[in-house]
Amino acid sequence: MQDTIFAMFEDNSLVTAFAVVGITMYFSYFLSDKLTKGRLHGSAIAIILGLVLAYIGGVSTGGENGIADLQMFSGIGLMGGAMLRDLAIVATAFGASIEEIKKAGFTGILSLFMGIFVSFIIGVIVAFSFGYTDAASLTTIGGGAATYIVGPVVGGAVGASSEVIALSIAAGLVKSILVMIGTPFVAKYIGLDNPRSALVYGGLMGTTSGVAGGLAATDPKLVPYGAMTATFYTGLGCLLCPSILYFAVRAIIG
Amino acid sequence: MVVYGVALLAICMLTGVMAGDLLGTVLGIDANVGGVGIAMIMLVLLVDRLKQKNKLKEKSQEGLSFWSAMYIPIVVAMSAQQNVAGALEGGPMAILAGVLAVTASFALVPVLSNIGKGKPESFLNENKMDKAN
Repeated sequence: MQDTIFAMFEDNSLVTAFAVVGITMYFSYFLSDKLTKGRLHGSAIAIILGLVLAYIGGVSTGGENGIADLQMFSGIGLMGGAMLRDLAIVATAFGASIEEIKKAGFTGILSLFMGIFVSFIIGVIVAFSFGYTDAASLTTIGGGAATYIVGPVVGGAVGASSEVIALSIAAGLVKSILVMIGTPFVAKYIGLDNPRSALVYGGLMGTTSGVAGGLAATDPKLVPYGAMTATFYTGLGCLLCPSILYFAVRAIIG
Repeated sequence: MVVYGVALLAICMLTGVMAGDLLGTVLGIDANVGGVGIAMIMLVLLVDRLKQKNKLKEKSQEGLSFWSAMYIPIVVAMSAQQNVAGALEGGPMAILAGVLAVTASFALVPVLSNIGKGKPESFLNENKMDKAN
């Protein structure tokens, strides 16, 4: 009986993945609501659970593909693989419009570029000081310091190892969670109480879930201003990091 | 039809990835140079153009918004297949990178907010108009 069920999961691996991820998401949003009153966004908890599953998979099989190394969960590999991941990321651009970019104005665009450059450079410096010296790993971790999605996209594009990609996701996740939780506490010190600073803040932080969560906890009226710039951050990061920033890293370390 | 939206998305992604690969070859490096970003710009421009001409029907947009909504679930699946067990010793580095990136970004908020503070931005004016209505 048990074998038949496992075989059924294996035969329908991608569908199984949809079910597993859906249940994980439901559980995460439930935890977010009940334990943190929505302060820690459900998506962040879901990604943490994803990394925990990957750890369990890695320890139990000794493989390198996390939970996807377990036969019955192999569909996770397809669902979260580069192909569908890139498709979904490109699709997020659907929500953005040229009008919004124009509204953000010069300050908004400047904050976007500054946000990506600063986070990227810090990520690269930290990675370097921890002993990473190849351009692919440095750029991937730099991308992860921007957001947890820029890291893997860069890692895939420049051919970084799975460990480095996992670290880049973790770095982005730490950033996202800190922004979500820390914003209300630092808001008054950084003058985050008007639409202009919210716009700048969105562009500098860039993590959409973090920005939305952080601003909602600070002053819900500011959320749309932060979201206006943050929406473009990941896209711009996916454009800049595996191109000019990667070249810059290569040029510097040789 | 829903599939029109999905096809538009697929074509943008394929073109972007191709352009990224091509750029990599031209520049002589083995990497996809900004392919996903190029695809996103293409999609934004195409959707904008098609909407203006009223060529992107509600149904077609559903195909795009479905994949956009699948973004976080797919990121969760992506996280679940990384070599976390192998990466665990790098954990402190990941945490430090995240913490420092946030700290620096927070510190820059007041600096950049002060740039061009005197002139009102267009979005602020529009918002006032909203309120007046």
